[in-house]
Amino acid sequence: MKSAVITFPGSNCDRDMDVALKKFGFKNKMVWHQDVELPKSDLVVLPGGFSYGDYLRCGSMASKSKIMQSVINFANSGGMVMGICNGFQILVETGLVPGVLLRNKYLEFICRNVFVRINNKHNSYFKNISNDVLELHIAHNEGNYFCTNDQLKEIEDNSQVAINYCNNEGKIEQPFNPNGSIKNIAGIFNKEKNVLGMMPHPERMIDPSLSGEDGSLFFKNLINNLK
Amino acid sequence: MKISVIITLKKDVLDPQGKVIQQALDGIGFNDVNEVRQGKYFEIDTKETDPKKAKDKVEEMCKKLLANLVIENYKIIDAQ
Repeated sequence: MKSAVITFPGSNCDRDMDVALKKFGFKNKMVWHQDVELPKSDLVVLPGGFSYGDYLRCGSMASKSKIMQSVINFANSGGMVMGICNGFQILVETGLVPGVLLRNKYLEFICRNVFVRINNKHNSYFKNISNDVLELHIAHNEGNYFCTNDQLKEIEDNSQVAINYCNNEGKIEQPFNPNGSIKNIAGIFNKEKNVLGMMPHPERMIDPSLSGEDGSLFFKNLINNLK
Repeated sequence: MKISVIITLKKDVLDPQGKVIQQALDGIGFNDVNEVRQGKYFEIDTKETDPKKAKDKVEEMCKKLLANLVIENYKIIDAQ
């Protein structure tokens, strides 16, 4: 399986993602934001970080960079595109997934482990995954998911919510919402479910001696789904 | 020709920064502030000399990049 990770100026989780993808069997290529064409890929990843220094709005400048037109075309033709953290912010700015990510409700940069519950397994990202709840890491200042009421209705009607913040038992309640996001939303799909944006970093949870292994579960399952 | 643009958050969008600014104002004695909403201001110097065309172009800039219309409104201030 082939993957590509896009590096923007200010990306800082691109190499972590490269390590994670390779660990679980992807043949990964790093792609510079000024490139025009994507290499042949089964999965394209927009990594975390602070692309363009978060100028204007997080992800807004990156969403207009040269490579993004190819990424948008790839997504629109059914290709799998996953945006993590800043990558999620870039995805909302392109309009590939609905909504926006606002400043965290309590104005803190949040850097800690959280639990998320998988809301929809009928897609190539989470199909066949054994767990319903994953422990993953978040590190962000703007992860407060927001959309209009009409958009929310559409998102829910189309089962586009991918994961919600919850406790270790999978309860989705307000006290387990780290950043004020609507309905504890931590990640969403596009309508067709080939594009996934999420705030948590699975690539940070792939080494039992450093963190947890729930990221490993995610990547192992992902590559099996793509085979 | 110089054109100014003001971007503001829509009414229903939470503005945590504005809220903290209001609290800080309260803390230094400005006790009668009901609410603060923070926005952005741009000065755009364009080669276009026709005010109508310049305004139209800036409007396009707002829609494509300067504002995120899910959460923000833009207001173009007359060209000078």
